[in-house]
Amino acid sequence: MNEARPSKATQAKEVEIDYLELDKIIEEEFGNDKENLIMILQAIQRRYNFLPQATLKYLSEKIDVSYSRIYGVGTFYATFSLEPKGRNIISICLGTACHVRGGERVRERIVDTLNLNGKATTDDMRFTLEGVRCIGCCSLGPVMKVNEDVHGRIGADEVKKVLEKYE
Amino acid sequence: MKIESTADLEKIRQEYSNKLYYPDSTKVLFGMASCGIAAGAKAAFEKAQQDFPQGNGIQISQTGCLGFCEAEPLIEIVQTGKPRVIYQNITEEKIVEVIHSYLENDFKKTKWILGQVRDPRSLMEDHVENPIREIDPIEKIPFLEDTPFYHDQVKIALRNCGYIDPDSIEEYIARGGYFAFFRALFDHKPQEVIQIIKDSGLRGRGGGGFSAGVKWATCARHHGERYIICNADEGDPGAYMDRSILEGDPHSVLEGMLIAAVAIGSSHGFMYVRNEYPLAVKRLVTAIKQAEKYGLLGDNIAGTDFSFNIKISTGAGAFVCGESTALMASLEGQVGRPRAKYVHTVEKGFRNNPSNLNNVETYANVPAIISKGADWYAGMGTEGSKGTKVFSLVGKIKNTGLVEVVMGTTLRNIIYDIGGGVLKKKKFKAVQTGGPSGGCIPEKYLDLGVDFDELTKIGSIMGSGGMIVMDQDTCMVDVARYFLDFLKEESCGQCNPCREGIKRMLQILTRICEGHGEEGDVELLEELGDMVAKASLCGLGTSAPNPVITTINYFRDEYQAHIKDKKCPAGVCKNLFYYEIDEEACTGCRLCALKCPQEAITGEKKEPHKLDQDKCIKCSICYEACKFNAVVVK
Repeated sequence: MNEARPSKATQAKEVEIDYLELDKIIEEEFGNDKENLIMILQAIQRRYNFLPQATLKYLSEKIDVSYSRIYGVGTFYATFSLEPKGRNIISICLGTACHVRGGERVRERIVDTLNLNGKATTDDMRFTLEGVRCIGCCSLGPVMKVNEDVHGRIGADEVKKVLEKYE
Repeated sequence: MKIESTADLEKIRQEYSNKLYYPDSTKVLFGMASCGIAAGAKAAFEKAQQDFPQGNGIQISQTGCLGFCEAEPLIEIVQTGKPRVIYQNITEEKIVEVIHSYLENDFKKTKWILGQVRDPRSLMEDHVENPIREIDPIEKIPFLEDTPFYHDQVKIALRNCGYIDPDSIEEYIARGGYFAFFRALFDHKPQEVIQIIKDSGLRGRGGGGFSAGVKWATCARHHGERYIICNADEGDPGAYMDRSILEGDPHSVLEGMLIAAVAIGSSHGFMYVRNEYPLAVKRLVTAIKQAEKYGLLGDNIAGTDFSFNIKISTGAGAFVCGESTALMASLEGQVGRPRAKYVHTVEKGFRNNPSNLNNVETYANVPAIISKGADWYAGMGTEGSKGTKVFSLVGKIKNTGLVEVVMGTTLRNIIYDIGGGVLKKKKFKAVQTGGPSGGCIPEKYLDLGVDFDELTKIGSIMGSGGMIVMDQDTCMVDVARYFLDFLKEESCGQCNPCREGIKRMLQILTRICEGHGEEGDVELLEELGDMVAKASLCGLGTSAPNPVITTINYFRDEYQAHIKDKKCPAGVCKNLFYYEIDEEACTGCRLCALKCPQEAITGEKKEPHKLDQDKCIKCSICYEACKFNAVVVK
């Protein structure tokens, strides 16, 4: 599914992991329970904005699930990222309603404006562009979300103005 | 306080029914589901809180979504002894004036008013008197129930959305909530409950359309720790009824699950919610806590030996997890890959135990069926599909929103009467139902009564009820390509026909869209589609060719235009069309020239403009901007 292979730049970049805090997530919030693996990964991602490799190895020991299986889960589901994301997350809705109302053209404008050509994250780590499949605000289509702000009925010509608001 | 009997429930019902229908102060209700919030309801809500602080005789409150998304933010103002009025498109700037105008009985700004309510009661409140029966209606303001959008709707699954505070269990009880659960617990044997659901003809609203009663009965027959699971992984793009129910009326789903648990004999429930729905999760958590507080969830419910608890799990973005076996694998913390179903999940499902899985809308229907009886429910709908269905009417449609209609209602009725027709008066081309597993239905079938079987007959499916309207500007080849692109991403990859077949079909479609289509491509798509449909492991694969096959069947000429003439008549596939400015129609208003990001349009004011084809990137900004249809697709 999502092809998240850590790039060289990511591997080189060290993230400081607070293991006591990680313990708290795994033990207190999710009771060391393997069945909660997906939700534990979500909690880790909320904390670090991606899944640092070290946390996954630690998690593997803690809940006794092989690292390969955790890696499998981490790459199967679309919301997980093994690479650091930008400071602002742009989620462009690619649901059908937005698609027929021109969502793809908005996406193209974002890619052009941010010079993304094939990358998801801008070099300055200011933005990461993600496609989401319907956020259920179809009446506002085409919709783009930047962090938690929903921008509805957005035209391709408004993209630049919206993005300028986020540092 | 624990609720232990119907009498306890009745006490709460009476108290809060009075508060709901005869409030002490003026109540302003804001539609605060995700869609309302995105449209600006939260900002308006906060503004109202600021300007009318507590104790001022004005109560600012939240509710779910009334379904008419196009007119959001929607607010309702209620005062004892006065008509209840629904206002539309009420943003932060208007809210204070709106509240004052209601207080001063000034209803002149009719543009702001969607309608007045004739009867706010739900179908579960037969024994309650209509609180506004003796109130003189406001002149020249239509009744909400008579407006085209609501006139033909019958609200069962959506009965409380937009009427109660989703964070208040008491208001749910006030509208007849949890009485059906007590009836199932005290007055019926489990088999009787199952029989009622069977007789009602309720079919699963998640996509498969399997009889809920038969599923319950089969699950109850198998031994072991049984599980009740709710599928809230609403993955079909363009369908959001489950989100709306969870955000607007979470207790209806909990009650449905409780009734299923009583009937099947289960003490553990699971709710698998899509990660993209954080507000739904938040409201569910609140609802579960409240139900636990009243002893409606937990051990020894109402002093009986029946115990039931519900755990919420969130998905992580995988469409295939809407499939029952994949969902259960995901609940176990694994990769969500479906398995072959020669052993059904009702026998061996979650943790290898008998598991009953229904979706949100199905469970939301259950309390109403238990309360009003199987005959009442079976009295609505068609031969094979009973009751109502919620559709999300979206795309190029005037009145976007959630509509709940009786099964068998025609597409024309839904799209033209309720939906108000195609946006900007453009020409209708197709309506797509069933999400990526469904098909595109052309104009000639608009008089078809929508139900599970009729949609299947013409190559589409009901699915979860997404209904996406497409107009002349939608390219059907591109739509087929879009869905296969979606499915290629979402295929779990374990079986060959789905993984490879979809990929190859997508390659062919992409080729056609890029202008490299060859003679024989359509036939090749048909052959591949047939193979993928027959040989794939799960529903995702077997239904994947539907969007391609239906568009080929009904819009073959569009495929031919792409392949033979190298033209995209709808002006979507970039290599196959160009824009031109019609000199006759152009008024020289400069709007397109100002908006063009490439500065490709030149021309003096009041003179016909020119478009430089070398600079044009076909971003469509000028096409959308022009008010005189002077930018044309060639």
